[in-house]
Amino acid sequence: MRKMLAAVSRVLSGASQKSASRVLVASRNFANDATFEIKKCDLHRLEEGPPVTTVLTREDGLKYYRMMQTVRRMELKADQLYKQKIIRGFCHLCDGQFLLPLTQEACCVGLEAGINPTDHLITAYRAHGFTFTRGLSVREILAELTGRKGGCAKGKGGSMHMYAKNFYGGNGIVGAQVPLGAGIALACKYNGKDEVCLTLYGDGAANQGQIFEAYNMAALWKLPCIFICENNRYGMGTSVERAAASTDYYKRGDFIPGLRVDGMDILCVREATRFAAAYCRSGKGPILMELQTYRYHGHSMSDPGVSYRTREEIQEVRSKSDPIMLLKDRMVNSNLASVEELKEIDVEVRKEIEDAAQFATADPEPPLEELGYHIYSSDPPFEVRGANQWIKFKSVS
Amino acid sequence: MAAVSGLVRRPLREVTVRDAINQGMDEELERDEKVFLLGEEVAQYDGAYKVSRGLWKKYGDKRIIDTPISEMGFAGIAVGAAMAGLRPICEFMTFNFSMQAIDQVINSAAKTYYMSGGLQSVPIVFRGPNGASAGVAAQHSQCFAAWYGHCPGLKVVSPWNSEDAKGLIKSAIRDNNPVVVLENELMYGVPFEFPPEAQSKDFLIPIGKAKIERQGTHITVVSHSRPVGHCLEAAAVLSKEGVECEVINMRTIRPMDMETIEASVMKTNHLVTVEGGWPQFGVGAEICARIMEGPAFNFLDAPAVRVTGADVPMPYAKILEDNSIPQVKDIIFAIKKTLNI
Repeated sequence: MRKMLAAVSRVLSGASQKSASRVLVASRNFANDATFEIKKCDLHRLEEGPPVTTVLTREDGLKYYRMMQTVRRMELKADQLYKQKIIRGFCHLCDGQFLLPLTQEACCVGLEAGINPTDHLITAYRAHGFTFTRGLSVREILAELTGRKGGCAKGKGGSMHMYAKNFYGGNGIVGAQVPLGAGIALACKYNGKDEVCLTLYGDGAANQGQIFEAYNMAALWKLPCIFICENNRYGMGTSVERAAASTDYYKRGDFIPGLRVDGMDILCVREATRFAAAYCRSGKGPILMELQTYRYHGHSMSDPGVSYRTREEIQEVRSKSDPIMLLKDRMVNSNLASVEELKEIDVEVRKEIEDAAQFATADPEPPLEELGYHIYSSDPPFEVRGANQWIKFKSVS
Repeated sequence: MAAVSGLVRRPLREVTVRDAINQGMDEELERDEKVFLLGEEVAQYDGAYKVSRGLWKKYGDKRIIDTPISEMGFAGIAVGAAMAGLRPICEFMTFNFSMQAIDQVINSAAKTYYMSGGLQSVPIVFRGPNGASAGVAAQHSQCFAAWYGHCPGLKVVSPWNSEDAKGLIKSAIRDNNPVVVLENELMYGVPFEFPPEAQSKDFLIPIGKAKIERQGTHITVVSHSRPVGHCLEAAAVLSKEGVECEVINMRTIRPMDMETIEASVMKTNHLVTVEGGWPQFGVGAEICARIMEGPAFNFLDAPAVRVTGADVPMPYAKILEDNSIPQVKDIIFAIKKTLNI
């Protein structure tokens, strides 16, 4: 009885302590918004660029912070699961390796902040962050990575093939997504609803011929396509200087106007995106944005990332330009949020990721009977051949 | 007098394959405003082979789009447009040029519905002339039936006559999947009788169903595209010698209608396949393999035989070119060998 009373009183005092600090936070007067200076963009064939100051509301700031932390933590978790061999194959995390977006969070969150949910987005294989910002849950993303039936593609696609409304993946062939994006932009123009398509590719892909074909047709037909080159300075193990005769990616569209943006600053990315989207919506045709970012880890999990650059280089970038730290400092210093508040978000995000990882590890694999499903759309069921003529799978649309 | 004139039949309308495809596309463009056509010279030039004649005049720049010479780029654009909900018809001036774009056809179009777990469909048609023409040499004469027929997620059709051409292009456009339509340049100008049902705006030929063009009892001859006509010529010659061939027009390469072929072989006990493409890993090779796996094998009285294009890049000189594709005499020879006569 005594033990029980002691336990109960501990819980109660703990609860009241917590609510006390909550009361403290709530009673603090935060600013509603703050104005920040952002880096000026380099311009190509443009008289004016995005504004050099921007207003960040407390609400938006908290939202961006949470989203960026979620993307980062999700990718770190994916990294962990890959090392535990629970995730197989390619894992390209936004920070490199598993194509993780660590440091590229500012890109996916910033781009999303600059467009509407009714706009469209397509990217290459480093896609987990965008899959989240375009509306899918961490649960279904991680479960797709672990190849379970609760995955967003029911385990059929994996890391590189996740789709959502107005999000067209997730594409495995370097550069192929760029003409696709121009095609989505063509559909936007055809439908006449003032929507735009963000078409992303990396510095490595920027040398693909089909991208120049897409530039040409997009400009010719004035397609509302925002070409976006995420320049993280390395195409796998090849630095940009060793791959491109011109590393001014924002100029490579030639007749297409371009801007070079600080991809580590989410506010810079947001303003540039707003600017680019307005340009496209006005019917002037395509525009090109180069987002300068950095990739902490290697190209993918099999690449330690140090055979072609120095650890000092990686450390330097990490300490000076981390996009989440940048946002956090700004918000705290302008009284948009408190350190405690942001820490709480960290805790919540961590829990969300843990729960999602649990699900992704525990969910069963897709049933073998469904191996043949989804060959054709809108068709009556038919038979698909297995490894020999006696093994047949049913195919359902 | 009145009785006799009552017996005089009005001739059935004759329509060329070219006009049949044109009609099919016109009707589908009219029916659904999401349908549009893009490719090189399809608009202002009326089509490199005049297949899209009149369409740009009728529908304008928005629906009939001339592209620069950028197969990989415009095929990708077409696939993207399909992903976003439009229904593009992407023309390759010939399928030889589709090789530049084949990654978009296979990796972006064919596989996407599967990879997305059924979320993202790609309702696109890739069409154009396929296979040998006349005197255009090796780089312009390849048959891609086996290449595209290899891939799950694609549908592949190969019309022979006008009825096929119209019914299949319409079905392809209405299909929510990527469909490759392998036309034939030498057939474009050939007129065929157009049955009354083919004149309807809702005339469709189901994808995945073969047609028995000629009934017979002694041997099954299976073919697709232009060679179907040669098979019918061979059958006419052999009929005079008392051999009745059953000629099957595949119409669809993938999904292949094995049921019709098997039922026929079980009736005739003999099989010859005829195609324009190369022998190795070809359409005939697939048919023979499947015959062995199915009920028809036990009904064969002789090994199944293939008639194909010669296993060489298409030569230019007429005598060499003529002997690099299956001729009527080659089909007759193969049939007689199979029947041991």
